[in-house]
Amino acid sequence: MSTKMTYREAMREAIREAMIADEKVFLMGEDVGHYGGCYAVSKGLLDEFGPDRIRDTPLSESGFTGAGIGAALGGMRPIVEIMTCNFALLALDQIMNTAATMRHMSGGQFHVPVVIRMATGAGRQLAAQHSHSLEGWFAHIPGLRILAPATVADARAMLARALEDPDPVLIFENALLYNREGAVPDNLAAIDIDHASIRREGSDISLITYGGSLWKCMDAAEELSSLGVSAEVLDLRTLRPLDDAAIMASVAKTRRVLIVDEGWRSGSLSAEIMTRIMEQGFWTLDAPPMRLCSAEVPIPYAKHMEEAALPQVATIVETTRKLVGA
Amino acid sequence: MTGTKLRLDHEHCRLLLKQMLRIRRFEERCAELYTKEKIRGFLHLYIGEEAVATGIMQALDEEDAVVATYREHGHALLRGVPAGEIMAEMYGKQEGCSRGRGGSMHLFHEPTRFYGGNAIVGGGLPMAVGLALADKMQGKSNVTVCFFGEGAAAEGEFHESLNLAALWDLPVLFVCENNLYAMGTALDLSESETDIHAKAASYKMLSEIVDGMNVVDVEVAARRAVASIREGDGPVFLECRTYRFRAHSMFDPELYREKQEVKKWTEIGPIRRFQSWALEAGELSQADVDAIEEEVAQEVSEAVAFAEAGTWEPVADLLRDVGAEART
Ligand SMILES: Cc1ncc(C[n+]2csc(CCOP(=O)(O)OP(=O)(O)O)c2C)c(N)n1
Repeated sequence: MSTKMTYREAMREAIREAMIADEKVFLMGEDVGHYGGCYAVSKGLLDEFGPDRIRDTPLSESGFTGAGIGAALGGMRPIVEIMTCNFALLALDQIMNTAATMRHMSGGQFHVPVVIRMATGAGRQLAAQHSHSLEGWFAHIPGLRILAPATVADARAMLARALEDPDPVLIFENALLYNREGAVPDNLAAIDIDHASIRREGSDISLITYGGSLWKCMDAAEELSSLGVSAEVLDLRTLRPLDDAAIMASVAKTRRVLIVDEGWRSGSLSAEIMTRIMEQGFWTLDAPPMRLCSAEVPIPYAKHMEEAALPQVATIVETTRKLVGA
Repeated sequence: MTGTKLRLDHEHCRLLLKQMLRIRRFEERCAELYTKEKIRGFLHLYIGEEAVATGIMQALDEEDAVVATYREHGHALLRGVPAGEIMAEMYGKQEGCSRGRGGSMHLFHEPTRFYGGNAIVGGGLPMAVGLALADKMQGKSNVTVCFFGEGAAAEGEFHESLNLAALWDLPVLFVCENNLYAMGTALDLSESETDIHAKAASYKMLSEIVDGMNVVDVEVAARRAVASIREGDGPVFLECRTYRFRAHSMFDPELYREKQEVKKWTEIGPIRRFQSWALEAGELSQADVDAIEEEVAQEVSEAVAFAEAGTWEPVADLLRDVGAEART
């Protein structure tokens, strides 16, 4: 049995459920309350839970993210919402120098069970300061867990698990997904968020991706199948720690791989995945691994230029065809 | 003793002098051990500023939380972190209060709610706000004390934190240890407004200047502040005017200030001043002072012995405590 809802509703339901289940859970961030959430995720929650638990903050990313970290240390279970990952850079000090290091620096005495949610991704013509995909950067940092729900079901299920984690968890929600509809199984516990998931079985190539690019890969795989190419689509879900076993198993099966990542190419998450494949799966490969990333340019405003900067279904299809020789 | 009244009787004078001397003698030994290369890395001494931590700590209860900077040996010691564990931490031994993972700049201690140990200037302030928020949301009457230097006032996190604490009426005691220099940069070279307490007052919180060289003044102000915070009257800001007698760190050649200036301040040093007052007032005798020195010397040498006897964490444990044990 399952229920249909949007990604936005799934996130909202997840927050509601967590707040009902545990009094220590609260949401804080810019415009989460009276405005209704800048992506309307928290719409209505202020009326339901009041301003203490749906807490509007000033424009102080470092201050309120740090306060969330402190509150987590003090026994609460805060969910901090940062409008977009572009603004998370103002809170980077707190996320990296405090949240990610606390357990280690204190010799295991203190840990920070904070959940930080933020929107990521391009495609809405919002230009360079609202369109970047920085999850790969955050995935560089030991001490953090990085989640990227791509499906509505994952959006619904991941938050509760993130809140159970004794360490800081960052959830990157691709802003293009909020309107997406999908089915959420009634048995949420059955959803595994710790492992990558094969979203489509295939035998000729592995398309490895996450977040907003998942759906581009799914569309590309569909198109490829009409061309006689069987593409497997692997959704990473968790960007740190990476599910090496799932990646290597898929590559060993298809013997070819294309990584699709909306981050910039240089020093990207795709670079890390590719390196791991070279280290662990080199002898299973029949062709050089390839990747499609964002062009190395601040994301432009003009629609055609923005599209050109991002991996697209057509480029995924084209690159795959070259790789498999179809 | 949590009221705002202060009875400067024999016992209390003894306590204040002893606490200040514990910091002074402990750190003098640290400096010595540094030159012997037993302690490495950055070492920031608090010598000269002892009255601040001593006065403030008097006002705290066990359940209160303390957030400090990289110049925090004194705060840790007076908060109740065992001297041996602090020293072992500086040696890098696994018996240290942070398992040797933090060193001098990152002392942490869960049993006394001592949250460090932060080497990012201004970085501890948002965390203090959050700890206070957690206490308030859970209906606890705890206070979070946050120590930082005047250099932090130039950082955005200082302003973000003061605004949040005042906006949300949080139980935070902000203690600015204004020693006039941020490394080598004098306050008037870095701030357009050099009265730090005035910045805090602009966020609509109680804010005052305290003579940070006078332990009694600090204690009185701290008790008053903590009482007001526990009443639910929101955060308080104390700007304690003090001076560090030593260099910023062991690497600092101190090119930025005159010897004469340092001398002037050492003459009004907090220990010298309090001790001679107590002797004159007849609250302490020379025999009392000698006995305190003896007790303190004993504690310091035991701490060093504890550190010396400590062990190195096995390298096989390198990846320990990055995150919780992996989920299955
Ligand atoms: C964000 C940041 N910038 C720079 C430094 C380097 N630094 C270490 S201590 C210090 C001076 C800080 O002065 P103050 O806050 O007054 O504290 P004090 O050392 O006087 O106790 C600086 C600039 C740092 N640790 N963190």
